[in-house]
Amino acid sequence: MTDVSVTRASDLGGLANPARPLSPIDVGAYDDATLRHFLTLLFRIRFAEEKVGELVERGLAKAPCHLGIGQEAVAVGVSAALNARDRVFGGHRSHSHYLALGGDVYKLLAEVLGKLDGTSRGMGGSMHLYGRELGFYGSVPLVGATIPLAVGAGIAAQMEGQGAVGVCYFGDGATEEGVFHESMNLASAMRLPVLFVCENNLFSSHLDINLRQPSDRIGRYGDAHVVNTRSVDGNDTVAVAKAANELVTHARNGGGPGLLEAVTFRHRGHVGPKEDIDVGVRRRQSDIDAWKRVDPIPRLISALRDANRMTAGEIAQLEQSVRKEIDEAATRAEAAAYPEERALLDLVYIGGASK
Amino acid sequence: MTVRATYGEAIRLGFEYLMERYSNVFCIGQGLWSPWYVGNSMTDLDHKFGRHRVIDTPVSELACTGAAVGASLCGYRAIVIHPRMDFMVLAADPIINQAAKWSHMLGGQAAPAVTVRAIINRGGEQGAQHSQALHSWFAHIPGLRVVMPATVQDARDLLISAVLCDDPVMYIDDRWLYDLSEDLPDVVERDLRSEKPRVLRSGKDVTLVGSSYSTLLCQQAAVELEKQGIDAEVIDLRVLNPLDTTSVVESVAKTGRLVAVDGGWRTAGLAGEVIARVSESLGRFKSRPIRVTLPDAPAPTSKPLEAIYYPDSQRVIEAVQETLAVAR
Repeated sequence: MTDVSVTRASDLGGLANPARPLSPIDVGAYDDATLRHFLTLLFRIRFAEEKVGELVERGLAKAPCHLGIGQEAVAVGVSAALNARDRVFGGHRSHSHYLALGGDVYKLLAEVLGKLDGTSRGMGGSMHLYGRELGFYGSVPLVGATIPLAVGAGIAAQMEGQGAVGVCYFGDGATEEGVFHESMNLASAMRLPVLFVCENNLFSSHLDINLRQPSDRIGRYGDAHVVNTRSVDGNDTVAVAKAANELVTHARNGGGPGLLEAVTFRHRGHVGPKEDIDVGVRRRQSDIDAWKRVDPIPRLISALRDANRMTAGEIAQLEQSVRKEIDEAATRAEAAAYPEERALLDLVYIGGASK
Repeated sequence: MTVRATYGEAIRLGFEYLMERYSNVFCIGQGLWSPWYVGNSMTDLDHKFGRHRVIDTPVSELACTGAAVGASLCGYRAIVIHPRMDFMVLAADPIINQAAKWSHMLGGQAAPAVTVRAIINRGGEQGAQHSQALHSWFAHIPGLRVVMPATVQDARDLLISAVLCDDPVMYIDDRWLYDLSEDLPDVVERDLRSEKPRVLRSGKDVTLVGSSYSTLLCQQAAVELEKQGIDAEVIDLRVLNPLDTTSVVESVAKTGRLVAVDGGWRTAGLAGEVIARVSESLGRFKSRPIRVTLPDAPAPTSKPLEAIYYPDSQRVIEAVQETLAVAR
């Protein structure tokens, strides 16, 4: 592994340092049902992605699967600010974005396996998910590609005047693409209702952000494009939810776009199920271990127990029931049918066969 | 009731028709509030329909095209306008990787009903980056419909069909055709999926195939050839993707001779595709097919070089004479 020492101080400060002193998650603003919903989603995303990892290891899923284990709080918090009229777009690492909007685990796993029952009828796999009924308008792996699509959703929402927002998720690497800046500028100049969500996990596929950018704080681009910006602890579900809600509310009311930078870390490698440090320049096992200390799931569980919102027994029961749901979904997905051969040509155009 | 219009005015009539009848149609692109970016093809549309529906933009081809694709996934029929096709290359991702792929990769559940209007604006010593005709590139992409109007009526009607189509469509018009004029009948909305190449002139001696401005060259050549006693059939391709060459094959089966004319480059281009398809269908020709294209070189700026760069009707006539030099 190439080790490149970076001496520059982090502009994110504590947010980028998993060894920082942690303040407890403040669950005071949310009722029991909402908090239980948050934990259910965190469990569902975590266990579903662990299941995807198993499918890859067993050789059943060959397509690239990008796991966001460790980053679940971002999608759960953002989705709490959204409703089914909003239009959400994702990227290559979007299992969480789909599930956090209420996506179905069976459809996700069927899609990962290329089965007809999948979110995209088996034509997309892990990297091309869809769930319009949830407001999930699609995810694609071209880095930054859905950022302008969400701006277009913002144009649509502005024309409709019904208070909807366009949302896109992307990583810190995507902010190095020109399209990110063009899109932020366009949305800001037109005061469009768009929420840009950057999951800053401090790495592109393999390269530390400090080896790619002069600062690790993505929020600074909000200043350049005159966009309302919040940089938050992306492993604190409640902090993400509150910041997303502020920005979305502002956008719904005509205040223009928002940029939410949620600082987090993925436990697994860029692609595949392993905690692969070999593909990471400057990614060390000690970093992964440190970030596991600030894992969003145990943190929310501690807060729920400390505030007497859920008992240990209730939490264990919830965990068990979500695990059962995932196992059953995986069994069904493995047995499900593949698309018919004619799909290859019939789906090229939306209205049917190509001629 | 017919109305006299030029090609440029006919495009504008198409926009007007669409925006009057379909509230979900809007236009976005650079220069739409300016009198000179797009010739007379969009004059005053912003005043007639409002600047919220005719959006002039920052200098961001990529984001604006992506935004048009995104809005078109949300129930709108966006038309994104690129006043020069060369600049549209900056927006390749939303066109090629996104718009063209969404239907297939999402299982036929979603496709952006976006129209990408690309203008070929060349000549006049503009040189390599203000002159390109990249239609063959885009016709190569499954999932993207590509249309190229050669006539005044098609300039209006193919725009309407493109915008009303549920698939992404690239509509390519050529500034060299803007002064053509024609009497136009009332609009009849036509499903783009059933629009095919059209025989503009029938003849028995040779088949000339073109699209957009090359179709005009074929027509001009056919008039001259008639004076020489040569009866040329002219076919306008109109829809480049999905390409249906049935009528071309039928024509060459009759004439035995084929000249494919294209305003793009030679290698891996449209003219070569036409000849390949006809060759796959027909075992015998009376003489070998010929293509008339640009040379495989960027557009020059210097006057004498530009003069030899673009094919004219004389080059088409010479190609026909070459096919006829073989005994009839």
